[in-house]
Amino acid sequence: MAKFNKKKSGELPAVSTASLPDIVFMLLFFFMTVTTMKDSTLLVENTLPNASEVKKLEKKDRVLYIYVGKPTREYQKVFGSEPKIQLNDKFASVSEVGDYILQERAKKPQELQNVLTTALKVDKEANMGLISDIKLELRKVNALKINYTTYEGDAFRNLQK
Amino acid sequence: MPRRGAPPEVNAGSMADIAFLLLIFFLVTTTIETDAGLDRMLPPMEPPDDQEVIIRQKNIFTVNINKNGQLLVEEELTDLKDLREKAIAFLDNGAAPQGSPEYCEYCKGARDPESSDNPEKAIISLKNDRETKYATYITVQNELVGAYNDLRNREAQRLYGRDFTEMEAQWLNPETPSSIRDDLKDKVKRIQDLFPQKLSEAETSTSN
Repeated sequence: MAKFNKKKSGELPAVSTASLPDIVFMLLFFFMTVTTMKDSTLLVENTLPNASEVKKLEKKDRVLYIYVGKPTREYQKVFGSEPKIQLNDKFASVSEVGDYILQERAKKPQELQNVLTTALKVDKEANMGLISDIKLELRKVNALKINYTTYEGDAFRNLQK
Repeated sequence: MPRRGAPPEVNAGSMADIAFLLLIFFLVTTTIETDAGLDRMLPPMEPPDDQEVIIRQKNIFTVNINKNGQLLVEEELTDLKDLREKAIAFLDNGAAPQGSPEYCEYCKGARDPESSDNPEKAIISLKNDRETKYATYITVQNELVGAYNDLRNREAQRLYGRDFTEMEAQWLNPETPSSIRDDLKDKVKRIQDLFPQKLSEAETSTSN
């Protein structure tokens, strides 16, 4: 009897919490690394204009991006300093925009293919001629919903240099 | 002798708390940055039907931007700052006479017979040069959208006591519960129908 009594009175061994910090740190690092947005590296200068009547672009999975602007300094030797179009990670000409949209659209799930928005991230120094050409290409492939991505701010600041 | 034996062990129990604190801090502060901008619809390549729609000249509000960023509004050189006001005056004009089916009872404009009949018929036509700066173009777009938003806000305030832009933002926000969104949808649609955005963009002109 005495033996059993002794066993019952013995307390439960405490669970070692020494590894808890490691687990939490693991979670911490996971979130710290995962929440950095994956964005294509910019090859063009991209100072967006300001606008005050903006709408938020919700649901990133339905957005296709087109960047337009002067090539950044290291690319200017090769590509010149005229505004260029950047699709994904490379420069493209106007005629490639349509194909790019069709390609990207085909990658999206069926139910999203009709609700895609094309976000035009255009440097404010670009000329409208190029933008008009892009818009014409977009109309050709029936990508009619576009968004001129801007910073939020007073639109009249655009006019000052 | 104070140095004898192993050094006392540091209590690592609070380490977890510190790490949790950091974790929560990063969870809360990392906002996934959402882009914002001006939404526009491009016109389809081919009109749905071939029949010519006759639009009367007085229902068109022409805005021309030249390559130096100057504005020609209704054949008049205009400062960018006055554009919104002019656009509002045009959209809100409501020239259709009382009693006619096109009469606009919520319009508060001058009812000038030389300007638009009602907001549904009013079309803003925007034309720009190939050498126009994108920044200028966006400013003009912003002012025109702003004109629509100002008018829609006015009507939303009258009907529902709150701003249209705020209602629309809440409707588009995926975090809003669906019951509220369904309710908002009707209201937003109704306001949009009062002042439908009819912004036509002509092909760009080449200079000279």
